Amino acid sequence: MMIFTLAKRELRSLFLSPLAWAILAIVQFILAYMFLSQLQEFLLVQPKLATLENAPGVTELVIVPLYGSAAFIMMLVSPLLTMRLISEERRNKSLALLLSAPVSMAEIIIGKYLGMLAFAAIMIFMMTLMPLSLYFAGTLDSGLLFTIVLGITLLLAAFLSLGLYMSSLTAQPTIAAMSTFGVLLILWIIDWAGSKTEAAASGLLQYLSMLRHFEAFTKGIFDSSDFIYYLLFISLFLILSIRRLDGDRLQR
Amino acid sequence: MDNKKLLSVKHLSRFYGSLTAVNNISFHLDKGEVLGFLGPNGAGKSSAMQVITGNLAPSTGQINICGYDLLDSAKQAKANIGYLPEQPPLYRELSVNEYLSFCAELNRIEKSKRQAAVERAKDRCGLSQVGKRLINNLSKGYQQRVGIAQAIIHNPAIVVLDEPTVGLDPIQIREIRTLIRELAEDHGVILSTHILPEVQMTCDRVQIINQGQLVYSDDINHLHQRMRSNNIILGLNQAPATSELESLTDIDEVEVLSGSRFRLTHSVETDPAADIALLAAEKNWGLYEIRPESKTLEQVFVELTSGDVIADEAELELDEPTIGASAL
Repeated sequence: MMIFTLAKRELRSLFLSPLAWAILAIVQFILAYMFLSQLQEFLLVQPKLATLENAPGVTELVIVPLYGSAAFIMMLVSPLLTMRLISEERRNKSLALLLSAPVSMAEIIIGKYLGMLAFAAIMIFMMTLMPLSLYFAGTLDSGLLFTIVLGITLLLAAFLSLGLYMSSLTAQPTIAAMSTFGVLLILWIIDWAGSKTEAAASGLLQYLSMLRHFEAFTKGIFDSSDFIYYLLFISLFLILSIRRLDGDRLQR
Repeated sequence: MDNKKLLSVKHLSRFYGSLTAVNNISFHLDKGEVLGFLGPNGAGKSSAMQVITGNLAPSTGQINICGYDLLDSAKQAKANIGYLPEQPPLYRELSVNEYLSFCAELNRIEKSKRQAAVERAKDRCGLSQVGKRLINNLSKGYQQRVGIAQAIIHNPAIVVLDEPTVGLDPIQIREIRTLIRELAEDHGVILSTHILPEVQMTCDRVQIINQGQLVYSDDINHLHQRMRSNNIILGLNQAPATSELESLTDIDEVEVLSGSRFRLTHSVETDPAADIALLAAEKNWGLYEIRPESKTLEQVFVELTSGDVIADEAELELDEPTIGASAL
């Protein structure tokens, strides 16, 4: 109950700043451009594809690359969304309002996180309207579309949980944004080091890579281990954030 | 425990590493009382306020709010307390109405009563005209009032105000002081400040904190008495020779301040002001100023901390602190 109050406030504040609108508009514009150019390319090669057996369809050739780019753009955008969550409250000294209210630290963190998730849901809904519009002209691989939307939702949720934690570490939003971006990028490319060698360590690095787990979803595979990876990732950073906020109260 | 006691703090200490911000203080707050927390900057006032309101965990000690222990049953305890920190905790992008309604929700006021609670808080803090405006666009004084409204919206038993009049103009200060007196009618109020007149005007009881320790805790009237000094400031247009003033009855010493102004020191038991005024009129000295000089907070501090003070509350275990005037 209290969680939703906090989530609602967070979402409202987000939409009261131009940032949320700018992000929604720019992301939508870039993705629409990509979507349309992919679609045009598909229409050019479609006659050739028709002659092939087992040819990839519009979902594989248009939708999968679209969400692949979306995932990368989300990595750039989510630090901007989460940077202010706690750091700005700390800087404005408005945290005292929450800390002296009858709410627990966990409620504060989860409330803020849910507010962000709601924004993520809006963003994903907006971009999913594009593939959905193709249903007017034909059919899609609905199962693949479903897993890929699920995949990007989990990926974005994981980004946001990391951003929330980074924001809880500092009183400077820009530092929170920069460190979130840094960590996300590292987690994104961490399997590059492992891909060339066969060492045991590379297996671990590949497991840690956020991209690897997302890729399975883009192939239409719903592997529970990927699902659990994201859930663990999110829970870890939420718990760390709660502990960090509690640390403010204890202070040295 | 006594029902009248809203807050009781026992042996509270708070350390930051090797720095001691609050050192073993104990006090209590009753209903209908304004308790002034007085101290120089950095004395530990704000830390004490933050600990009482649950923003900072105490290093040692017990805090009991309306029968709930702040650490064991934090939610119930916090529900009974309203807190205005030094800097009002505002979401500047919200309007006053939105913000207060969020605060009401945060303090678990039922939906049906929320609107009424917001209206009442706005009413009490003189915010009725600005409900739809963004907090960011309000003046500092109004923002401060929004901060107070936030602290009283859930009608808490205890209201803690940390330097509520800093940065306000004199009219706003007066309004806020009036508001504090009004609040005391049905709440217990803790007011932290470093401004002595504020305490004199609003508080029933005063506690002086210095370097983390309570050095004084008494009724406000006793502080008034303590602040009276045995000096009179006298301003005369046609001043007689200093020796003539010195020869007056009960005057021990005369100090020339600036040409026509004098500081007369008289013996403690007497008050020769009336006699001097009469004499000045008689001899046509051109009297334009005569007033008893009261001690400044610094002087009271030095006096309080110089070793001749015994706090009248037996439960306060005070160490004699040592400070110099430079610490003020």
